Amino acid sequence: MKTKNNNTLWHAIVVSMLFLTTLPGCTPDENQQLPSRNWQLVWSDDFNGTAGQLPDAAKWGFDLGTGDGGWGNQELQNYSNNPNNVSLDGEGNLVIKAIQSGNSFTSARINTKGLFAQQYGRFEARLKTPYGPGLWPAFWLLGENIDTEGWPQCGEIDIMELRGQQPDVIHGTIHGPGYSGGNSITKGYALPNGRFDTNYHIFAVEWDADKIDFFVDDFLYHRIAKEDVKGQWVYNQPFYLILNVAVGGTYVGFPTSQTPFPQVMVVDYVKVYKKG
Amino acid sequence: MITKYFTSISRIMSVIAIVLFVSGCERDVADLQPASYPTNPEVFIDGFSSGLNYAAFGGSVPTACDVDKEVTYGNSAASMRFEVPDANDPRGAYAGGVFYTSVGRNLSGYTALTFWAKASQPVTIDVVGLGNDLGASTYQISVPALPMNTNWKKYIIPIPDPGRLSAERGMFYYSVGPVDGKGFTFWIDNMQFEKLTTIAYATPAIFSGETRSVNSFAGISIPVEGISAGFNLPDGTNMQVNLSSSYFTFSSSNEAIATVDSKGLVTIVGGPGTAVITAKMQGVAASGSLTVISEGVYVNAPVPTVNAANVISLFSDAYENVPVDYYNGYWAPYQTTLSADFEANGDHVLQYTDFNFVGIQFSTPTINASTMTHLHMDCYITSALAGGAQFKVQLVDFGADGAYGGGDDSNATVTFTSPTLVGQSWIGFEIPLNNFSGLAGKAHLGQIILEGTGISSFYLDNIYFHK
Repeated sequence: MKTKNNNTLWHAIVVSMLFLTTLPGCTPDENQQLPSRNWQLVWSDDFNGTAGQLPDAAKWGFDLGTGDGGWGNQELQNYSNNPNNVSLDGEGNLVIKAIQSGNSFTSARINTKGLFAQQYGRFEARLKTPYGPGLWPAFWLLGENIDTEGWPQCGEIDIMELRGQQPDVIHGTIHGPGYSGGNSITKGYALPNGRFDTNYHIFAVEWDADKIDFFVDDFLYHRIAKEDVKGQWVYNQPFYLILNVAVGGTYVGFPTSQTPFPQVMVVDYVKVYKKG
Repeated sequence: MITKYFTSISRIMSVIAIVLFVSGCERDVADLQPASYPTNPEVFIDGFSSGLNYAAFGGSVPTACDVDKEVTYGNSAASMRFEVPDANDPRGAYAGGVFYTSVGRNLSGYTALTFWAKASQPVTIDVVGLGNDLGASTYQISVPALPMNTNWKKYIIPIPDPGRLSAERGMFYYSVGPVDGKGFTFWIDNMQFEKLTTIAYATPAIFSGETRSVNSFAGISIPVEGISAGFNLPDGTNMQVNLSSSYFTFSSSNEAIATVDSKGLVTIVGGPGTAVITAKMQGVAASGSLTVISEGVYVNAPVPTVNAANVISLFSDAYENVPVDYYNGYWAPYQTTLSADFEANGDHVLQYTDFNFVGIQFSTPTINASTMTHLHMDCYITSALAGGAQFKVQLVDFGADGAYGGGDDSNATVTFTSPTLVGQSWIGFEIPLNNFSGLAGKAHLGQIILEGTGISSFYLDNIYFHK
């Protein structure tokens, strides 16, 4: 009898201690547990060079002009290869600058078409975005067969797009046949503190045969699995990289008189990895 | 049965005992924190937050602010409605007042005051802000010319360095008058303090961002002015607010010449010498500065000794002065001359800078100097005299019609050069009125026009006609 009562008392002590210690720690685990991977660096540009230099011609080409009706989106800018719009800053960054003169805008769009493309892997850039209504920076990929198959059949993976009037939100998106434009598969990510223009952030996708994962600063905010795509999965060919700053267009709306110009996107590096 | 009951009780009691043992039954006075100010961020959501009072500014309509249960933002239960009167409304000339708390709030955890607002017509609200506590208003922020239209819109007033607002009583204030003589209505809802992390790029400024320079003397005080800051709002657009000097820290590059206190009052304590006054807001250097060039102790012009009965004085502390329209006409577009008049040791002094020409007018009424013999002016050129410098004094008579123009005006000019002109020493011009040949008469004098080359700035004192 006595033993039993002692056990009961001991039981009560243990239970109450457990209860008291678990009370404060009720928040969910904030660290994602993702399987670690062995990535091998395959291609990169750290943008080291002297201020005013154009980006390395062995790695990047230019999209020039106003495209087809504002690059299909009624964008306002005229893309150039003028160092005022795109050049290294001498401090390890590439700077793409959108400039306003009167009612017209110039900017730059560079890509690795015909120079580098890869199927699957991790595609990553560390950058600071521009800000202000009507600014539309992007870091994205297009399928290599775009010239023969056209868009959206070639597929598009938008690793980072931002609307300048919401400088704390980016979107990760894919466009493909049956799910393009307004019907794209997209998800937004808002910074819990701060904005994407005031500090560098790392934007990445990890892509394989079955899925495309979207990351901001190594936080997985969007996973698109092949079986969840209601349309053709076209991500089984090499894709090339694009970096640009657009002004205006159907995605972001127009710049206003209150949009501060010029605006810059500052890119520290772009890196592409393959699974080791 | 009883055993089981006893077991349960003992179990419960042992738990209670343990809880009490862990938490302690004694109140340790040493652990008491000083009472802290409430951090309630709400100002007006569906009603006035607790402890909030309203006081209308003098001359405004006392009942301008009311609660509106029909026009609200979203599905909120109530909003604040403000009725701006028509001009000549007997109840008051405008709508304006302060929302303040009896007990200060600790706002150091918030970075902005936000609210939703709309108006009965597109309109610009003259001023809104916070930090007005109907008293010292130490941390006042004001937003001039806030545009509103008929659609609800969210407004954000950034708070720089919120750590300073540890016991703030001024939650919100506003002031707005009729537009083209007509009143209108505006509404505010969901007013609260928020900790937004999406406000960026603070750009503080003193003297409106300009690099200013002033010649002055020991004993003179100059307040820092044009204190403002720009911010980039969460939608990527820029906004400018005016701030009290208390948000800034000031420094002088040479405290032996000029010091500056925490409120931004510059006091010149020595000289000759130079001090540069600059400022920072939350560690960010403010654009704009003031370079104080101190001449040391102010040497005033010799005190006039002419009998007052024989004097018609335009500017002097020794005589009663006649009415003068202005001492600087700011005649655009060619005049560059600015004024920086001051008072030193009780002596009022006119100072002209960036000098090319300037007009002094005294036409209401004009001056009858028929019986006078001389025009006297004391003049101090502040830098060493440049070679070839010239100083011209033109007298203008407005003629019988006593007004500018009309075909009866006349004028004449007297020119001075070195050696009469000297730098950094008082020059006592004693100009015989007969030297103004070309003046048709002296009974309706209306203007003195000064013109010069090679002279950037000078003081004037004791300007009078005498006999």
